[in-house]
Amino acid sequence: MANITLKDIAHSYTGASSNPDDYALKKLNLTWRDGGAYALLGPSGCGKTTLLNIISGLLTPTKGQVFFNDADVTRLPTEQRNIAQIFQFPVIYDTMTVFQNLAFPLKNRGRSKSEIEPRVIELAKMLGLEKDLYTKAQHLTADAKQKISLGRGLIRQSVNAILFDEPLTVIDPQLKWELRSQLKYLHKQFGFTMIYVTHDQTEALTFADEVIVMYEGEIVQVGTPEALFERPEHTFVGYFIGSPGMNIIPCSLQGNRVLIEGHRIILDRHYKDQAPSAKIEVGIRPEYLSLAQPHEEGLPVKILKVDDIGRHKIARVALNGHQFHVVMPELSGMTGDKASLVFDTAHTNIYVNDHLIAGEQP
Amino acid sequence: MIAKQINQKAWFMVLPVFLLVAFSAIIPLMTVVNYSFQDTFGSNQFFWVGMDWFRDLIHSERFHDAFLRQLAFSGIILAIEIPLGIIIALAMPRKGWGVPVCLISMALPLLIPWNVVGTIWQIFGRVDIGLLGHTLASLGFDYNYTQDPVAAWITIIIMDIWHWTSLVVLLSYAGLCSIPDAYYQAAKIDGASRIAVFRYIQLPKMQRVLLIAILLRFMDSFMIYTEPFVITGGGPGNSTTFMSIDLVKMAIGQFDLGPAAAMSLIYFLVILLLSYVFYTVMSNIGEESSKGGT
Repeated sequence: MANITLKDIAHSYTGASSNPDDYALKKLNLTWRDGGAYALLGPSGCGKTTLLNIISGLLTPTKGQVFFNDADVTRLPTEQRNIAQIFQFPVIYDTMTVFQNLAFPLKNRGRSKSEIEPRVIELAKMLGLEKDLYTKAQHLTADAKQKISLGRGLIRQSVNAILFDEPLTVIDPQLKWELRSQLKYLHKQFGFTMIYVTHDQTEALTFADEVIVMYEGEIVQVGTPEALFERPEHTFVGYFIGSPGMNIIPCSLQGNRVLIEGHRIILDRHYKDQAPSAKIEVGIRPEYLSLAQPHEEGLPVKILKVDDIGRHKIARVALNGHQFHVVMPELSGMTGDKASLVFDTAHTNIYVNDHLIAGEQP
Repeated sequence: MIAKQINQKAWFMVLPVFLLVAFSAIIPLMTVVNYSFQDTFGSNQFFWVGMDWFRDLIHSERFHDAFLRQLAFSGIILAIEIPLGIIIALAMPRKGWGVPVCLISMALPLLIPWNVVGTIWQIFGRVDIGLLGHTLASLGFDYNYTQDPVAAWITIIIMDIWHWTSLVVLLSYAGLCSIPDAYYQAAKIDGASRIAVFRYIQLPKMQRVLLIAILLRFMDSFMIYTEPFVITGGGPGNSTTFMSIDLVKMAIGQFDLGPAAAMSLIYFLVILLLSYVFYTVMSNIGEESSKGGT
């Protein structure tokens, strides 16, 4: 059990290089608190797995250091780090039974039989593997094999952290949900530090207390699921989190006034003047937009399309060349394709060169 | 009706294959079967002798000796080449410039014709001019494969190891390369030792290619002819007269067609039987406790 600190970590698969494009991970600093449930979220190829492998010691970073509490473990081999890691695809030992598979990590560390047996049986019950305990692992389904992989990760009770590398990819949706809540329960019960890599935002947001969003080898935001939703610090986070993602529209800014295509919106906060070359955008969640009758106040937009997805409707509207998504419970009383687009100004964010800027209360 | 016509045409389609197999395998084999039940004194006159040749052969000491020599030879070279091949494959690099270098140098012995290999070692081992034989002799070793049966056996075994271990290496290496990285990573996480990685990951994943390696090496070594014929000609005495050498002596040297035919049939059945046993045993390894024993 330890706090894990990454200090100036950077990694390039082709060795040290002066070209920043060679780096799969670009200089990051982060501390994982002992006992935290973290999700590492980002699109494929953004360096999530690289980061995990650096923590577990399967990779030695090109630059920077890894600390467990105060001890520098950057050069320590995986076996001595006391880390559990579960991979995307099931890894099982073909010639062993399910019992032997689950007992393997304990057996390798010289634990006694009397200690191993009750632990294996308890864990097998938790994962629903108890009736297959004495079957050869290679005869089981992919689902069951992945459960064995999970089991081998969870069997040791004193690990520094458990790392999950998209472990539920091969599991069918019903079971996926069940296993995820089981992991959450295990986290509450035993207080392991858990780091869960995924590119699925629902998975990340339901699993974690804190979500780390990565994009092209960099951490773009660390925060609670709520913070990621309300105040994305980077336009990428805005796009990536939420379905559909945040509307991000070019605009110009003067104090508390935003101009979109010549139409004015008055915001709650004042903003400093920006350099004339800066890229200024306004970002607003589809959930905080609404449509009113054409004669009411708002931006005059044209409704292009309305999708009914059950609980709510998603409208796509256009203002000249710019398109917005609007999430509404009901589109009542609308006739024709004209409407007024109304902003919830308390939840409107301003981005300068893709980064969120803070305004001042008047 | 239509279906039946198509069926009849299909017979014509397989006819070429049938003819080919008939001429290349079935008819020669049946000729041998035919010879094995008859005796001849030349001038194409044959007399029916029933099972006599088989009975004689099974009780003949000459056949027993050749058979035991053959079993011992195959046993020894399998016991050496399979583990040695696995060890070399494990030591070979997985990436970088070393891979093509290793693969090509491993493949070289396999490209040399059998009788050339025999000749190379025949000269290599000669006491008067051979590098190996002369060096050993001048170092004071009593090495002479033309007179000492032990030296003859050692020479032939080392030659076979030199010639064929590469095959085991290449097959094992292919098996090793097909293991995904995640297995090695998981083993590190699980704290597995080097031996455990071999025992629980590499060996099970190599099982199929090893089965092929063992079958190929067994069949080839059990039928070995050219190299010992070139090096020792079956001597000194009869000490390196393996079954195929004995068979050729009987059939062409003594022109005993009947006994030779009987012997080749037994030889054929033994190889078939042992290959079947190897295959069955190895395919069943790791399957026995699959159905939930406790």
